[in-house]
Amino acid sequence: MTGADLFIVMIAMVGGAIRVSTPFMFVALGECLTEKSGRINLGHEGNLVLGAMVAYAGSYTTGSPWLGVLMAGCAGLVLGAMHGWICKLPRVNDIAVGIAFMSFGTGLAFFFGKPYIQPSAPRLEAIPLGDWTGNSSVAQALQVNPLFFVGIALAVFLWWAFRNMRWGLILRMTGDSAASAKAMGVSVDLVRLLATAAGGFLAGVGGAFLSLFYPGSWNEGLSSGQGLMAVALVIFARWDPVRCVFAALLFGAAGAIGPSLQSIGISQGYYFFNAAPYILTLFIMIASARSKGAAREAPGELSIVK
Amino acid sequence: MTAVVSPPAMRSFSLGPKSARVVEALVIPIGALVASALLFSVFLIALGKSPATFFSLIWTGGFGSSFSIQNTLQRSAPLILTGLAFAIPARIGLTLIGAEGALVLGGFTAAAVAIPLVTGGIAPFLTLPIMALSAMLVGATWIGFAGWLRHYRGVNETISSLLLSYIAVAIMNFFVEGLLRDPASANKPSTMPIGDAYRVGSMPGTSVHWGLAAGLLLAVVLWILMTRTTFGFAARMTGGNVRAAKAQGLPVGFLVVACCAIAGACAGLAGFYEVAAVHGQANASLVAGYGFTGILVAFLARQNPLSVVPVAIMFGALAASGGLIQRRMGMPDATVLVLQGIIFVVLLVSETFYGRIPFLQAKTTGDRT
Repeated sequence: MTGADLFIVMIAMVGGAIRVSTPFMFVALGECLTEKSGRINLGHEGNLVLGAMVAYAGSYTTGSPWLGVLMAGCAGLVLGAMHGWICKLPRVNDIAVGIAFMSFGTGLAFFFGKPYIQPSAPRLEAIPLGDWTGNSSVAQALQVNPLFFVGIALAVFLWWAFRNMRWGLILRMTGDSAASAKAMGVSVDLVRLLATAAGGFLAGVGGAFLSLFYPGSWNEGLSSGQGLMAVALVIFARWDPVRCVFAALLFGAAGAIGPSLQSIGISQGYYFFNAAPYILTLFIMIASARSKGAAREAPGELSIVK
Repeated sequence: MTAVVSPPAMRSFSLGPKSARVVEALVIPIGALVASALLFSVFLIALGKSPATFFSLIWTGGFGSSFSIQNTLQRSAPLILTGLAFAIPARIGLTLIGAEGALVLGGFTAAAVAIPLVTGGIAPFLTLPIMALSAMLVGATWIGFAGWLRHYRGVNETISSLLLSYIAVAIMNFFVEGLLRDPASANKPSTMPIGDAYRVGSMPGTSVHWGLAAGLLLAVVLWILMTRTTFGFAARMTGGNVRAAKAQGLPVGFLVVACCAIAGACAGLAGFYEVAAVHGQANASLVAGYGFTGILVAFLARQNPLSVVPVAIMFGALAASGGLIQRRMGMPDATVLVLQGIIFVVLLVSETFYGRIPFLQAKTTGDRT
């Protein structure tokens, strides 16, 4: 591999990390919001796939990709609200409900998505940030979607709100100790319902990115576990929205290894590199599961870390 | 979780609470099925389709003729095995959803092991058991690893087992598209076909392969293991309360890994039958969602190995009638997925009714709810 090749691979990795990380970022932020309230939603894979389908269909029907993004968010919101409502029933296990919504969301998306596999819908436009360099591969890598910046802004806002805003504090209190929230007169179920619904909205938007920007089409193999990896990512980021962004970028880079190497003609082991994000997630989970820091920062009510 | 452990002392105490519990465990899941069917009918009516046609087609496609019954049984064979693969770890308190990966990897291993044996001309009666054993061993290791991570490293088993599933599919793709690709498989990369002489045949008098018999046998064996042996009692006790089990000096780590390994072996065996009896080679067809449907099967069977069998046959019928529904009603193949999703969600909602329906409760005070 020559120096020039290495440069191309590096640039492709950076561009790939930005592109691939955006859906991770949205799902992770949604999951972070949900988990901060003390509940876990494993069903974001379903939200992601349904969001992708609804966004594509919405963009195709209305001609406006941003309307598609909004509709995807609303589809995710509905799934999230259903999840939140079911989990508040006694004796119902939130992890099992997550698995059920994974298959329910995916089933709905495949059912209604059939007619939209062929037609071409208007996509989201990218902001060309690298044109001034005059280097074509740099320019291509820096075609950044506005949603990427929305995600970062949202992460910073959530980080700030968890510390400084009234609802942020109530949310964290509910997640750390339902008993003290009740003692303060807060409706625990309502807080968790709203948090799960809002989290579902964000996961739906993440799905819209998949179908409307990168890879940028709707088909049934569009998402393969991103929604689930994002849950692991939140644990790795220790429930901190800003750290979620960095973790998402790391996952994005891992996902971009295969395609980047392919861009300079190395296609051997493509399937092995495809597995890189899953292997990375597993290693990260093994490394962070028993760490004292993670245990200290985890919301006290979360079933997954108990 | 859903695994309700009834201590043996309670059983001999009186029959009342137990029979009430059995009735409850029948009425609530059946009620959930009826409610899902109603919800799905509303969904169909909203789309302008006839629910009556739909359900009668499921009956025709699943049980209407001897051909469709055999088709149903053929499809329920892997579902019994993957249902067991979810149910056994569930009894010890684990939510493992990685059966899909163990099935794929087990099937791939069976096909890969077969290549040198078949080209070397080893007789089928030696080759097939070696294929089956290696598939079970790989499946057991794969899921056992998730159990090991859970117990010794504190890694959440639900997420790790699903990640392992994706890794398993990637491993199969890596070899099937590369080293072990049969050059003759142009459009659909596959391993070398094992050949008709090495296929697992049908059970006498039917066209259903032996995987069904293996599933039935394992269901009975695992039911005995989980309800009639010390191992099963220790496992269920661990599922009920890990701390109490540890305090009693039970080998919790061994029990957890063993239950997961049993689960993985079941799923791996399902993969073996998919390769040796259905496809004849390993390719992307192995990733058919049997592992995920198995989760639903086990939930509906309330993690009871024996109940897994009829539930698996029901979902086998649903899968078998999918093609008929597609042709006759012009609905996509994902229709079955939607119905399964609705059943799954409604079933979990129904969990909330245990111990809360007055006329299903025992009159004695010995019942703990």
